[in-house]
Order: sequence, then C-alpha cells, then structure tokens
Amino acid sequence: MKSIIEKTQRLIDEVLEVYPEKTRKLRAKHIKPNDPTGECGSACQVRSNVKSRPGVMTIRGCAYAGSKGVVWGPIKDVVHISHGPVGCGQYSWWSRRNYYNGLTGIDSFVTMHITSDFQEKDIVFGGDRKLEQLCREVKELFPLAKGITIQSECPVGLIGDDIEAVAKKMTEELGIPVVPVRCEGFRGVSQSLGHHIANDSIRDYILGKASVEKSSPYDVALIGDYNIGGDAWATRKILEEMGLRVIAHWTGDGTLRELALTPRAKLNLIHCYRSMNYICRHMEERYGIPWVEYNFFGPTKIYQSIRKIASFFDDYIKERAEAVIAKYKPWMDRVIEQYRPRLEGKTVMLYVGGLRPRHVVGAYEDLGMKVVATGYEFGHKDDYQRTYPELEEGTLIYDDATPYELEEFTKRLKPDLVGSGIKEKYAYHKMGVPFRQMHSWDYSGPYHGFDGFPVFARDMDMTVNNPTWRLIRRKS
Amino acid sequence: MRQIAIYGKGGIGKSTTTQNTVAALAEAGYKCMIVGCDPKADATRLILHKKAQATVMDLARERGSVEELEIDEVLLEGFLGVKCAESGGPEPGVGCAGRGVITAINFLEENGAYEEEIDFVFYDVLGDVVCGGFAMPIREGKAKEIYIVTSGEMMAMYAANNIARGILKYAQSGGVRLGGLICNSRKVDREFELITEFAKRLGTQMIHFIPRDNQVQRAELRRMTVLEYTPEHPMADEYRTLAKKIAENKNFVIPTPLGMDELEELLTEFGILDAEEAVA
Repeated sequence: MKSIIEKTQRLIDEVLEVYPEKTRKLRAKHIKPNDPTGECGSACQVRSNVKSRPGVMTIRGCAYAGSKGVVWGPIKDVVHISHGPVGCGQYSWWSRRNYYNGLTGIDSFVTMHITSDFQEKDIVFGGDRKLEQLCREVKELFPLAKGITIQSECPVGLIGDDIEAVAKKMTEELGIPVVPVRCEGFRGVSQSLGHHIANDSIRDYILGKASVEKSSPYDVALIGDYNIGGDAWATRKILEEMGLRVIAHWTGDGTLRELALTPRAKLNLIHCYRSMNYICRHMEERYGIPWVEYNFFGPTKIYQSIRKIASFFDDYIKERAEAVIAKYKPWMDRVIEQYRPRLEGKTVMLYVGGLRPRHVVGAYEDLGMKVVATGYEFGHKDDYQRTYPELEEGTLIYDDATPYELEEFTKRLKPDLVGSGIKEKYAYHKMGVPFRQMHSWDYSGPYHGFDGFPVFARDMDMTVNNPTWRLIRRKS
Repeated sequence: MRQIAIYGKGGIGKSTTTQNTVAALAEAGYKCMIVGCDPKADATRLILHKKAQATVMDLARERGSVEELEIDEVLLEGFLGVKCAESGGPEPGVGCAGRGVITAINFLEENGAYEEEIDFVFYDVLGDVVCGGFAMPIREGKAKEIYIVTSGEMMAMYAANNIARGILKYAQSGGVRLGGLICNSRKVDREFELITEFAKRLGTQMIHFIPRDNQVQRAELRRMTVLEYTPEHPMADEYRTLAKKIAENKNFVIPTPLGMDELEELLTEFGILDAEEAVA
C-alpha cells in the first residue's frame, strides 16, 4: 500500500478506535482512503447502500423523503398529497428550495403542504375513504391541477390501505391522473429507494402518455436537476444557447406533461445520476433514447460537459457549443481571477447526497481549493466508482457517516470549509469551522452553469474568509 | 380487583363462556365488567340483550376522536348490573383493529372505568394474538391472569399453544400468568384426558370441562346467558362451578408452550390413531 493511502487509513483507524469491536469492523468497511488507480483493489472499495448501524445517528432520510421531497415534489402543476399523519408533510414542507414559475395555489403547488392528516380513527378504520374525499376536494379547490400524487407515509403501509384502488377510482372520477406512490418510510435503507419507487411510478402512470406537437432533432430532456435556487434555469440557458430544445425538466420547475412526453427526446441529459438513472435506463431500453451524464459545476466541468453533450449531435450544435464556451470563458476567467487568490490552497470537507460529493470537486478546483474528504449519505457502489477518479490518492471517503465521525475527521483534517446539510450546520458553527449548506445552497444559488459559478465562488469566499470565524473563542 | 383475559381460537366459544361465567360470578355477588376486544363487538350481547351499539371506536369515529366521548356513553349496564364495554373497530379487511383495542382500553382506563369497586374485569379478546394490539389486555398493569378456551380439536389446541407463547413473552416483561385451560367440549374422543394432559404439558391445569349442551344455544338465540334464561338448568351449574373455580383459583403459572412435534405427538397419542385402532 502506498504511504499516502496508509496515512489516511491510520486516520480512519484512529477515529474508529472508540467504537465497540462489531461497530468498528462494520464502519471500517464504509470509510476508505481513495485509490483512483484501482491497484489497492477491493480493500479500498467503499461499502454502501446497506442498513445504518443502530445507535450511530445516521443523517439519512427515508423513502418518503426520496419520493415526495426529491423526485415528485418539484413537479409544479400536480398536487402532492402527504398521505398519513401530518408530521411527514409538515417537516418536509418547502425544505428543498425547488424554484418554479407559476401562481402558487392556482396552477402551481410546490410550496403547499397538503396532507390527509391521519387521526387515530383513520388508523383504526382505514384511510381510503378520507383519501377519496381529499382527492375530490383537491379537484374542487384547485381546478387547474393537472394531477394528484399520493405519497404514502409509513402507517398507510402498515395498516394495508388500498391506495391503488382509490387512485384508480379517482383517476376515472376526476379525469386527471391520480398516482399512488408506495414510498412508505420504512422501506429500504435510505431515501434512495424512494427515488427508485418514484421513478417507477412515473414510468407506470405517466411516461409516454403525451407527445410533442412538432419534434426537432435537437430535443433533449433535462433530468436530475431539481432547480434548487434556480439551478435548472441556469442549465437550460446553456443548453438553449447551444441550439438544443429542452422539452422536459425532471423535475425542477417541471410539469406533468413534460414527464409524459419525455420519450420524444433525442437525448436524455442526466445531472443527478443517483436519483434518476432508473428512468434513463428505462427510456434507453424501451424507447432507445441514449443518455449522458454531465456536470455543470464550475467552468472546467461545464466546458467538458458542453462538448460531451454536443458530441451526440451534428456540426451545427458542435459549432454553437464552441461559440457558447468562447462567449462565457472570459467571464468565467474573470471570476477565477477575482476569487482564486483568496481561496487558493484552502481545503474542503464534504458530506452530501446524490451527486454533489463528486460533482462539485471540479468547481472547487477551479477556485484553487482541494477536496480532502467527501462522502454520500445514500450513494451506491456506482456512485463511489464515479467518485474515485475525481479525487487525489489518499482522499478520505466515507459512506453514511455519523456525526461523531464527521466531527473527529474535521478535528484531524482541519479543513478550511465544510459543506454538508442543515443537520450538520450548527454543530460546525459551534466548532468555529466555516460551513456551507450544500443541499440547499444555504438559501443562495444557483450554483449550476455559468450563472451559478460566480454565485458559488462568492459564497465560498464569503464563508471561508468571513472575519466572524476569528472572533469565535475556542476551547484551547 | 382481578383483571382476567380470555383468549382462544376464533369460534371456540370465548364470548359465550365469558358471559355465562360472569353472569354466575354476578349471581354470587361479585361486581363484574366485560371489555370486548373484538371489532365485531359481540362479546356483551348476552348480558346486554342486544348487540352493543355504542362501541368506543365507532363513537370516536363519529365524533372525530376519543377525547369527545364520555365514559357513560360506552360503559353500559346489563344483567345483574354487569358493566359492559366494547372496543369496536373496522370492518374486516381495512384499517388496524389492533390499534382500536389499544385506543379503547386506554380510553377506559384514563376515564376511570376501573376506579369504581369492581371485583372482576374480563377482557374477551379476538381469536389469536395476531398483533401487539390484541396483546394489549395482558400488557403491563392490565390483566394479570389468563384463561384459554380450547377444545380437543387440533386447531383449537394449536391456537391455545400459540397463545401460550404470547403469554410467555409478556410473563417475562409484564408479570402476566396463565390460570388454566377451559375445555369447551366439542365431543372429540377422549377430550377430557387429552386436554388434561395438554394442560399438564403447558404447566397449567384444565380448570373446568364444560360439556356440550344445546341449552346454551337456546339461551343465546334469546340473547341471554343460560343463567338468566334457565337458571335451574344443569348447564347453569356448570358455569357456576367454573366461576367458583376461577374465583378460588391459586394456580398461576408461566406456561411452557409445546413444540409443533410434541403437540402433534400428543394428538396422535390421544386422538385419531387411538380411535382407529379401537375400531380395528
């Protein structure tokens, strides 16, 4: 084993030392030094997508979070019913900042919290009739809603309510699609299964049920962009300047009709591989639509991705792609010129979700920063395989990390910046470590595309170089 | 106050046995209450002379929640002043009846149903212990003694054995004990001996053997216990005997459930094979 890898391994062993033997052995499989060469073999492969160890306080979400919160939630012209007790809907209410155009409560419903609010009597007697009534009320209150999804919470699955039968009956009665989604939180090991279940429900109930009036050879679908802080809009702008026609948003600022007509796309562009690779694979098999992964964080990756996407099209698109790069490069260079001197050599520790643990690495590198540790809450093997080549040898990689592990790694690696979520934010503030929320962009954004990079650079600078951190008194 | 839970296979005669026994206890001067833990809500019909209309859960559904109920609305008085409550619950195939039992018992407890001077509370519980809700009566602080109604039929004994396993779990955590098996005869060959032996293997006793008699059904058709319909009938005396035995019972054990093989062996020993041989 090479020394740099050994050094990281020692760090891991040190941190895991306090665990009981069984926990230590299990957690050790989830935390590895990076080996981009693959020479280290299976010993350096991060174990993932398995049940969290009880007692370690996982940061993961549940299947409902994956379906309602991530995949379905941003579809704006559909009313998403949080079906079950009120808490799941309440605590996931407008927490992902999926921006959208539209009039809330009239033709768009993303920021609304609509729930069947189960009471004890609904558990005992079953909630199907209440659900029917709710669907009718939704149709009456929101006549412009294009559909309804039933996002099933745990108790609905436990008592065995037949939401599929209700959905079928209501689809006929109301004349709009009513989609049952079996995303009960107890299913699977993390939110990841919820993504899959949601993808499958779109496939089974919506996909292919609409078409475009006139198709063009440049029709693409934008998949796995949830328009957090306007990300999808920044992305779409680039694609349109390249001469492509974006026919569907999955699912940031998306509509039900867009989901339905996506099989008319010539190419599916996928940003968040983890949450939407399922539907891309399905469309490839069923409709023969190729798909390509891209990365719109930071100019280096954006240029690469633009060229990669253009390579699927004719010379017209390829030329326009070069023109787009030529147009924006001076602006991007100026951004780098402005911020790189302030951020050069700073180190970053990440712990995020679907794609960012690897996708933002390039953007930090554009600013002269280095990711020294990263990991996924709910990644799978294929996510880690995509991650190893993005990072230097010996970089610390963790899966389903615990608050204890993150805190200890931070103390030892002493990063200049930590990027994770709301649950971690205040712990880091108390530790006096500069912190950015990398799920919600800390109420900023967009971070995607040319529009996003200057915002990203500014945000990182104002966090890392914020004088406030120096005023915090630390225990010696 | 003694709290007693009656379990047993569906259709074995739990409700009939419970109500007749309670009627006998009431006749002997004890103050009794029956809590029906079955969505069918038919555990108090013979005492009330009608099917209970106001179950806890039905009223809760009507009003929105149990907080809207008064205890007097669901705690009714029947034959010889026996108090009756029914948990109620959903139609078959929907919802969660177990949760209904939990809600109903909590309601009764919180609203002082047990506070008055009562000598015996009987919980009449649906069929098998299918989920946590149906174990509610034997969880901490509730029924401390259990009687299992069975017959010499294989499935009834199988269910009884299964229930004993449930009791074993709660015996360790909550202090509940098995008071005995009540054999409600189905006229199976050598039934008396079989259940006596089965009880012995479970570490308990057959507290009483109730012979089969159609007088019970005749009384039931008139929505009455035998004790009320024909108090002088020999069957009424059977229930008086059972009531006396329960009132005087001191034999409370943690059961020792049988393995499936042992149970089948027992049946073979006393049951069909034996009879076939006799014919041969």
